[in-house]
Amino acid sequence: MFMTKIGVLGLQGAVREHIQSIEASGAEGVVIKRKEQLDDIDGLILPGGESTTMRRLIDKYDFFDELVKFGEQGKPIFGTCAGLILLANDIEGQDNAHLQLMDMKVARNAFGRQKDSFEASLTITGVADDFEAVFIRAPFVMEVGQGVEVLATYGDNIVAAKQGHYLCSAFHPELTDDHRITEYFVKMVEQSKKELAS
Amino acid sequence: MSKLGTDRVKRGMAEMQKGGVIMDVINAEQAKIAEEAGAVAVMALERVPSDIRAAGGVARMADPTIVEEVMNAVSIPVMAKARIGHIVEARVLEAMGVDYIDESEVLTPADEVYHLLKSDYTVPFVCGCRNIGEAARRIGEGASMLRTKGEPGTGNIVEAVRHMREVQTQIRQLVHMSKDEIMTFAKDHGAPFEVLLDIKENGRLPVVNFAAGGIATPADAALMMQLGADGVFVGSGIFKSDNPAKFARAIVEATTHYEDYELIAKVSKDLGTAMKGIEISTIAPEQRMQDRGW
Repeated sequence: MFMTKIGVLGLQGAVREHIQSIEASGAEGVVIKRKEQLDDIDGLILPGGESTTMRRLIDKYDFFDELVKFGEQGKPIFGTCAGLILLANDIEGQDNAHLQLMDMKVARNAFGRQKDSFEASLTITGVADDFEAVFIRAPFVMEVGQGVEVLATYGDNIVAAKQGHYLCSAFHPELTDDHRITEYFVKMVEQSKKELAS
Repeated sequence: MSKLGTDRVKRGMAEMQKGGVIMDVINAEQAKIAEEAGAVAVMALERVPSDIRAAGGVARMADPTIVEEVMNAVSIPVMAKARIGHIVEARVLEAMGVDYIDESEVLTPADEVYHLLKSDYTVPFVCGCRNIGEAARRIGEGASMLRTKGEPGTGNIVEAVRHMREVQTQIRQLVHMSKDEIMTFAKDHGAPFEVLLDIKENGRLPVVNFAAGGIATPADAALMMQLGADGVFVGSGIFKSDNPAKFARAIVEATTHYEDYELIAKVSKDLGTAMKGIEISTIAPEQRMQDRGW
């Protein structure tokens, strides 16, 4: 069997770190700069960065419909921080959401400005009970729809969730050497690859 | 238990800016144009570097009213500049909730011997560098992000190129040195030994390094990315051009796709006149901003 290929949307943000984390988790990492490349990969990570900037670049290069199609084909997507905002179908204080692939309402910069950014140890269901999570001007999930499974909370706020083949985190797993949540995503992709092939 | 202001949190913030453009703005209107064009952050200033250069006199931290106005106008991060060594300007900006502070040679230094001890602050700092010695000293003091100094406000890329090449060459030298040669290299460059060792072992700087100081066109921005910059700061270039919104979008696109020459050609069309540049040799030595910092 060919190695599982996971792309990282490479328009802006922490792309290299995600690639390293994918490779440390035993899959092949590919930087995705053009929409045609989406055909060659089994799963996709939407990295941390500035969500406003990423959305502008997604529109500019006609990525939008292709990303939605990618998800609707059943291929897994993992959004971290800005990527979580891109996946949500409702953003607090904004009329329009982005890809709208996950049934949840999110708040941007929900913990405050950069001086309020922090690290904390988290329990993530099915992943770890001592995950070192780095939150940077992070969003959180305010509420989720029925099909969404909450994987982690910090205080009263949801900071990791899963809906079928979609996974999201408000923190940045790529900024630490703890690859357990990326490994979890790689397993999701391997599973979906098997199912899509059969 | 949560921990604020750790290295990972401060350096990570800069990691999120990679591949992006940070633009100088002097009011809410410009900040919105920058955000709309796809800037990853804005630098709130009272005057852009070319105007600081033209005005002469002492350049200080911006009026907090301007910084606040910009912070209220956009949802992307807002940076602001403090004078080198000016502890109180930096603490004031931190108290205001600015996302990043630039301890900047563009402003008139407050201290001609010491820089800020940036590790003491919760807010992260970016500092300028021309070579590995400056880069390592700033990291040693706690800078979470670096940028080339270039020669600000000139619209002339030559100094930024010189500084980026210098830093990259010296990183390669370090990587190939044997460990017993590092201490003498540290002595020769006035660089902290531990920081150099870290650079040698990882093959790169431990923080993000952007290009700044003289970027005036989309091609300039792409050039700096090719030379190894993680992203670019554009100061006077955008809002001193004829059509700032279009210019800003073009710079963002050229930075994202810095190896796509057809695209750079396309976005460079009909941009109007770029800012008027200054030949470096015509600037008197005492007017060179890059020589500020120690």
